[in-house]
Amino acid sequence: MDLTVFIRQLVNGIQVGSIYALVALGYTMVYGIVKLINFAHGDFIMVGGYVAVFTIPFLAQYGMPTWLCIFAAVAVCCVIGVLTEKIAYKPLRGAPSLSVLITAIAVSLCLQNLALIFFSSAPRPMSSVFDLPPLVLGEIQFSGVSIITILLSVCLMVALQLFIKNTRMGKAMRAVSEDGQAAVLMGISTNRTISLTFAIGSGLAAVAAVMYCSAYPQVQPYMGSMLGLKAFIAAVLGGIGSIPGAMLGGILIGLVENMTRHFNSQLADVVVFSILIIVLLVKPTGIMGKNVGEKV
Amino acid sequence: MKKFAALLMAAMMVAALAACGGTEASSGSEGASQAAEGETIKIGCLAPLTGEVSVYGIATSNGIQMGVDEINAAGGIGGKQIELITLDEKGDPTEAVNAYNNLVDQGVVAIIGDVTSKPCIAVAELAAADNMPMLTATGTAAEITTIGDNIFRTCFMDPFQGQIMANFAADNLGASKVAVMYDTGSDYSQGLADSFQTQAEAKGMTVTAFEGYATADTDFTAILNKIIATEPDAIFVPDYYGDVSLVLNQARTAGYTGAMLGGDGWDGVLGVLPEDRMEVANNGYFSNHYSAADEAAAEFLSKYKELYGMDGNSFSALGYDSAYIMADAIERAGSTDAQAIIDALAATDIQCVTGHITFDENGDPIKDVAVTQFVDGEAVLAAKVTA
Repeated sequence: MDLTVFIRQLVNGIQVGSIYALVALGYTMVYGIVKLINFAHGDFIMVGGYVAVFTIPFLAQYGMPTWLCIFAAVAVCCVIGVLTEKIAYKPLRGAPSLSVLITAIAVSLCLQNLALIFFSSAPRPMSSVFDLPPLVLGEIQFSGVSIITILLSVCLMVALQLFIKNTRMGKAMRAVSEDGQAAVLMGISTNRTISLTFAIGSGLAAVAAVMYCSAYPQVQPYMGSMLGLKAFIAAVLGGIGSIPGAMLGGILIGLVENMTRHFNSQLADVVVFSILIIVLLVKPTGIMGKNVGEKV
Repeated sequence: MKKFAALLMAAMMVAALAACGGTEASSGSEGASQAAEGETIKIGCLAPLTGEVSVYGIATSNGIQMGVDEINAAGGIGGKQIELITLDEKGDPTEAVNAYNNLVDQGVVAIIGDVTSKPCIAVAELAAADNMPMLTATGTAAEITTIGDNIFRTCFMDPFQGQIMANFAADNLGASKVAVMYDTGSDYSQGLADSFQTQAEAKGMTVTAFEGYATADTDFTAILNKIIATEPDAIFVPDYYGDVSLVLNQARTAGYTGAMLGGDGWDGVLGVLPEDRMEVANNGYFSNHYSAADEAAAEFLSKYKELYGMDGNSFSALGYDSAYIMADAIERAGSTDAQAIIDALAATDIQCVTGHITFDENGDPIKDVAVTQFVDGEAVLAAKVTA
């Protein structure tokens, strides 16, 4: 393939990968703290998408820039994330992990079917949020959305990393993740920390939702399931529980998927899902995960 | 960690299964009209009014019912009212066979149906044995009409659309290089893609790329980048409108300005494009059963909406036409004798909402195909192509 096509595919891969990374962060944070794979996470994206679709006309009516819909989506998703944790997962803290996992799948199906009832299965169009001219470098044209997605993802990841490393709340999160009972003895409120984790994870999913819908301007009830699965693979590849791992995994999956698609468009999903199997067989801790052993 | 891995695998499988899940089932209205006083002509109708494909069944049977009601209001067939008996077959061949037998017991003189191909084939085999006049509005599988001389259809077959669009690209757009991208998980998409490729090569055009994608894909940029690098004059995307709107958007974002082509699955694409991005559909063309720009079709669509409170589509238009074709044949036959109706159907020559229709020796329609073009969010008629 010639150089221009290669660079185009590369940028597209990084863009898709950045969205996977944002979603994967949510999976990884929740797993790190409560050892739960939140399968409803992909559907938070769908919720974020619908919130954006419905707030955009309001913003436009009052003459406000439509990208402000990000804040509405983040707010609603945070609330839904925290509520889901309080209603569905908290009563099961201490139950076998399989029960919680099945509950997570139930929450996912529940959200999808609620969306089907309220919004029907017909896809809804979303108007553009970012009105940016494409960046032209010689023969290559990068869409404004691609660049914003990549930049925003990188900024959020760095901010998240700083938050976890340097703030009191971040320290509390690390403590709960390491040993929940010891953290309680040290005077850390586990409930508040877990709620905060769900809020941040869902908020990131909402940002991913708006970026995803800007690139693929369509919202429908099942949009979160495939995206969620791929982001989850990214989290496992990077090392579930590790924040830099989720970023790396996301971008890698995006790149692998795009490059495979270039050479054989039908093999992309096969390759991506094979990665999951291989990682689980060969190095279940992923690229950056630490082998801490199971505390069950 | 082993346990974690095993758990994960199990969970992934469940989640993947769930992701493949359901089309919404909507409940249908039973459409059996009551006979007026005196003698009536009974016509049977088979359609999936409940179940997975009920969307199509309801649209088609609504169209048929609307046609029959209009004919009855205008005096019926030779003074006799039509009694339309509609039975729900749930999209299932076994149910369809039962429903067919039920209709025969009730003494119907002809059948309009079925809607989807599989039940249609099952019913066609029985109807051929009984020499029962049968007209399917929307069964697209090629073999349906070959089962018996008594079987006719109103719609054109899938491969036909691929040929039409290849001809259109060569003759009307003057294309010399074309590319194809299709959904590998859909018989419809694959069928159109194959016939387009064959006809394009027969027309002397070069097929520069032939790319498949998965049903759940939303990112087509990688495939489009690859296709665009081969510099095609036109890209054929035979898929349904939801995915088509994504492809159109990404193709234009990736800098492609050439023609985009498709089949009847494109009908409805303007409804799912964001209002501020209607221009991505410009230079897009698709073949359809009718053109919304046609006066007759526009009148049908507005009446349909008034009657049923939802937008009509090609299924309802084909159903509506089928009612008129059948009534016209029975009228010309002058009796309700099966062979007389079959002969009259074969001699059909009628102007309908979906175009002017005559039947070939197989019972397939010879009719114009409307190629529709998008111009700034409007669908306009680009050409009428005769087969």
